[in-house]
Amino acid sequence: MEKITIRKRPRSEAVITQRKFFKKTARGKVIKVLRERYLRDDVACGIQNCIACHSSLDSTLPVAGAPHPLFPDGHFVLPDTNVFLSQMDLVESPLFAPPIILLQTVMEEVRHRSLPLYNRLKALTKMDEKKIWVFYNEYRSETAIIREENETPNDRNDRGIRKATEWYNTHLQVTRPPIRGQPPPKIPTVVLMTEDAANRQKAEKAGMSGISVKKYVENLPEANQLLDLLSATGSDEIEPTRAAGIRQPLYPEYLPTATLIAGVKAGELHQGHFNANQYNYLEGNVPVPGFNKPVLLIGRENMNRAVNGDIVVVEVFGESEWKAPGDEVVDQDTTLKNDDVEGSEDEANESDDEVTARESRLTKSEETVRAIEKQPTGRVVGIIKRNWRAYVCHIDSTSLSSQNATSLAQQTVFATPVSRLLPRIRLRTRQAPTLIGQKILVTIDRWDVNSRYPEGHFVRALGKVESKEAEQESLLLEFDVRYRPFGKAILECLPPEGEQWVVPPKSDASPDWRDREDLRQLLICSIDPPACQDIDDALHARSLPNGNIEAGVHIADVSHFVHADTAMDKEAADRGTTVYLVDKRIDMLPALLGTNLCSLRPFVERLAFSAIWELTPDAEIVNVRFTKSVIASKAAFTYEEAQIRKDDPNQKDDLTQSIRLLNALAKKLKEKRMKAGALNLASPEVKIQLDSSESSDPIDVEQKELRETNSLVEEFMLLANISVAQKIQETFPQTAVLRRHLPPPKTNFEKLQDILLKRKGLRLDVSSSGALADSLDKCLDPQEPAFNTLVRIMATRCMLSAEYFCSGSVPRDTFGHYGLASPIYTHFTSPIRRYADVLAHRQLSASIGYTSLHPSLHSKSHVERVMDVINRRHRMAQMAGRASVEFYVGLALKGRNEREGKGGVREEAFVIRTFRNGLSVFVSKLGIEGLVMFKRDTKFDAENYTITVPGATSRSEGVTVAVFDKVVVNIEVEKDKNTQRGKVKMTLVSPVDSSGL
Amino acid sequence: MGSRVEILNDGGYRSDGRRQFELRDITINLAQQGQADGSAVITHGLTQVLVSVFGPREAKMRSQTIHDRANINVEVNVAAFSTGERRKRSRGDKRILEIGSTIKSTFEPVVQTTLYPRSQIDVYITVLQQDGGLLQACINGTTLALTNAGIPMADFVCAVTGGVHSTSALLDLTTLEENDVPHVTVAMMPKTGKVALVTMETRLHVERFEEIFRLAGEAGKVLHKEMKKAVMGRTSTLVNAMGSRGSGVDRDGDEQMNEL
Repeated sequence: MEKITIRKRPRSEAVITQRKFFKKTARGKVIKVLRERYLRDDVACGIQNCIACHSSLDSTLPVAGAPHPLFPDGHFVLPDTNVFLSQMDLVESPLFAPPIILLQTVMEEVRHRSLPLYNRLKALTKMDEKKIWVFYNEYRSETAIIREENETPNDRNDRGIRKATEWYNTHLQVTRPPIRGQPPPKIPTVVLMTEDAANRQKAEKAGMSGISVKKYVENLPEANQLLDLLSATGSDEIEPTRAAGIRQPLYPEYLPTATLIAGVKAGELHQGHFNANQYNYLEGNVPVPGFNKPVLLIGRENMNRAVNGDIVVVEVFGESEWKAPGDEVVDQDTTLKNDDVEGSEDEANESDDEVTARESRLTKSEETVRAIEKQPTGRVVGIIKRNWRAYVCHIDSTSLSSQNATSLAQQTVFATPVSRLLPRIRLRTRQAPTLIGQKILVTIDRWDVNSRYPEGHFVRALGKVESKEAEQESLLLEFDVRYRPFGKAILECLPPEGEQWVVPPKSDASPDWRDREDLRQLLICSIDPPACQDIDDALHARSLPNGNIEAGVHIADVSHFVHADTAMDKEAADRGTTVYLVDKRIDMLPALLGTNLCSLRPFVERLAFSAIWELTPDAEIVNVRFTKSVIASKAAFTYEEAQIRKDDPNQKDDLTQSIRLLNALAKKLKEKRMKAGALNLASPEVKIQLDSSESSDPIDVEQKELRETNSLVEEFMLLANISVAQKIQETFPQTAVLRRHLPPPKTNFEKLQDILLKRKGLRLDVSSSGALADSLDKCLDPQEPAFNTLVRIMATRCMLSAEYFCSGSVPRDTFGHYGLASPIYTHFTSPIRRYADVLAHRQLSASIGYTSLHPSLHSKSHVERVMDVINRRHRMAQMAGRASVEFYVGLALKGRNEREGKGGVREEAFVIRTFRNGLSVFVSKLGIEGLVMFKRDTKFDAENYTITVPGATSRSEGVTVAVFDKVVVNIEVEKDKNTQRGKVKMTLVSPVDSSGL
Repeated sequence: MGSRVEILNDGGYRSDGRRQFELRDITINLAQQGQADGSAVITHGLTQVLVSVFGPREAKMRSQTIHDRANINVEVNVAAFSTGERRKRSRGDKRILEIGSTIKSTFEPVVQTTLYPRSQIDVYITVLQQDGGLLQACINGTTLALTNAGIPMADFVCAVTGGVHSTSALLDLTTLEENDVPHVTVAMMPKTGKVALVTMETRLHVERFEEIFRLAGEAGKVLHKEMKKAVMGRTSTLVNAMGSRGSGVDRDGDEQMNEL
């Protein structure tokens, strides 16, 4: 029983217990705010066995502190805010493990300055390995302070931090009084760790010990590894920056934040996400609400130090200066090959000019651009928010100054990010020689006006380039996939029986059987891809006496095991989705649930959530009901097995009949859906054939085959999702978890329409999804069956991506799913691998009155927040999956190269885009896209999307290649000599051999 | 949402340093205020109300008299300076009228109105400062003022606001918390354990309600002790002042009442 008390706040202390400030509202009104604060004496210090603060059992700080060469009696670290703001990577490193006292003041300041850092910090405090104690100094009577007259908030916080340090030191002394007859106890020191020299001085003046991060780390035994983790931002005061100071600024300064905000408000400036161009490192764009087309940024100065993903503010030039996006491929590596890292020597200045000149040549655009292609053009004038994270990079070996392979001297090198969207990062490290040929993680610290490149610091090494582990981890990191094993708290949420868990025998008393329908006798089967372990759906169908058909979709009852507001639920919400890589699956839920207890395996009883329809033979829904159930699947088919069984006229058993029944219904459902205007989209999907499950060496790549049974399962899943969406939207109009696909803006299709018209004489009608579906069907080339698929792929790219949303946060008329042509849609059918489905399960379960809905699912803001996370994770997971396929395709190509001898692989490809100096081609057989570059002059016709390549010999006639043309390319995998970065290189073989060009 | 204040942080502290089940500082002043027959100034943290009671007396308007009991008339007045933003509220403001009628209906069954037929008891409430829990302060203040006026009541009426932040219950909310968290005000009678009022303006999940309701009831008992102490202190001051051994010691910070 909780004790209810009244806290007393002495009136005489109103000065420190009451706070008054004035606040200006958005409307410009000034409001006086009065807040009170209750100071207490029971805020624990967090040191184990402390005699004064006996309350806390969960104290994390060891009695004796930790050893450090500078503090023989042991110490605790009390870091200042700037330590977390600039050196988070150091604090996160497992090698850095002193006991840390984290002040509330510091926590709040970090939160104020950067939310992502705050979240990282919060995660740290929860980790068992880290000894961090959060001390609520603002609530403890001895350490609470008030802001003095003319004191800046920053100074006030610094003073608060010093005061807390002082209190801790006296607290330690008071609680460990010397006992007569015994040697005086060793009293550990509480050290104020700060990068702010002034703060340090003040602390030392008051008799406390203060230390900078660098000095602290230098004296640790693991200094060599830890020093690299130090971010460059902190290095300013320690060592004066190189000659950089006197150099000409390369970039314009940013405008002050207040000006930016005012400008955006007034409509003079525009705010948006910065997207780098993957083909041209000197170009980027910013989609802003003010214009139909994104704002184009050409050249380094105009991009002004923006990095992909940053939220920037742009100024748009007058219309006369608007330009069209470049039509040339500009590769950062080749252009800047010889740029010097230090960039401070005299000669470097020369090379600077050279680089600038080269670049300006590249950014110079043709005067004869068609007006239609012109885009609003502008420049970045400020950054609202940096979205910097850790990037996977390679060290550029040419940038190494010392050839001595064992030198531990600090030197500056270039790190080239794996992603083409990012600039090279300048990095200072002592381990350069050992890092060559490795994949490493690098964080950007800052980007000054006089530095061409951003500066960063090394976080950790991932492993050798091309080793599968390193590639895999780098891929996961690059797409921000949570891949760590599940923690103890999460595993404790699993049923204690573990593998032995079974559905208990049926009885009214059993809680597992409460309100569950017994569907064990039904002929239920599952149809999945081969070797599928997480089976989350199963189906059945049977004829009813009245001539109608009963069809059921049974989904794994994940919400029975994953309850809201548990550690497992939080982790699943954070992971959002299971990520499928070619050779690995990163689960959203622990494997015990995903592949065993929830998985609807055959021949065992499993809990399920069933949707059961009564359909007429014409697949009209008579009624639908949802129920929790217990099922026993009778068979787990692969798509192929099910297909064979269905097509075999000799098979006349009930199970086969039910598959046939389902198939007949699915055909009708599909027909109806198509009539309603659903799109049949295509994406390049290939399958990697692995040698064996252990070696995971790819043997070959083949295209995925689609069978009738694929569509069978798909139709019923769609039906279930739509039915569930209607139900939960009805019951929870404010917070239902739904999925929608907005119709794409017409302008997205302009280019594709233009190409199709000019090259093939085909028209694409994009007025509605139905019209688009029809006109896509007509995009046929009698000679080329693959052409239609290609157009579909390109059309898909013009569309927006589908997203999860909370039904109360968008207008009702935007609920529709464009691709499926359904007015409402959700995800319900794969709760093992998608978190949205788990939420949909909970809501459906509440709407049929099985359980009550957890309060968090009543809160719109909470649902919105979760949706944001899972939308992002979903996108990232897709990209990670694709990147993994790409990597394996590369490996497979390499393997094929080696087997078949030199010369690379020849494949047919379609041209999908023409550049001034190259082609972008799509190899449908391998599902990859590649660039063919021409070094020699070519004639480029932007109007007609053609490029004329001179013949192999200088005499022969040039050959014209256009978009949609079929060509043959030679594909090789080659490594960049400097960075060891693997690259797919394509050269044209037919109609003209471009290897010499 | 970044700059918003955390309602309940990981250490279990609320934004003002209290824990979940800690009520704000409460001070009670029962000193004589002007012509009133009984009055009380009660402060819950930074919420302060002054309640003055007149009566039982003859009704001013004949139409308002009830033949077998007294009529309770509650008027609430919110001072323009009570909130951070200076705002004058007219007497006809619906919100204020609602508070008034809530208080009236809360006290009608508690006050022994049948003892005073055809008379009227006037309760004037002035809100001096607001920082959440306005209704609870008004109800507690009215209880004290009525007691102070010597009007017979069945029991004390003690009110506390309870809220729920995600799944954890909070008691005695400030404005900051009230804006963010669904809350219920419960007025209970500690001796009988009866509930005089439950009111809620926000949506609260059914399953949370039971817990909050129980906690607010418990908190009412705690408040009761505090209120009783104040009444006892005031009474003994008066008794001492009247009696022979009158020490004249001001026990409760009240003004000295030597003329009595």
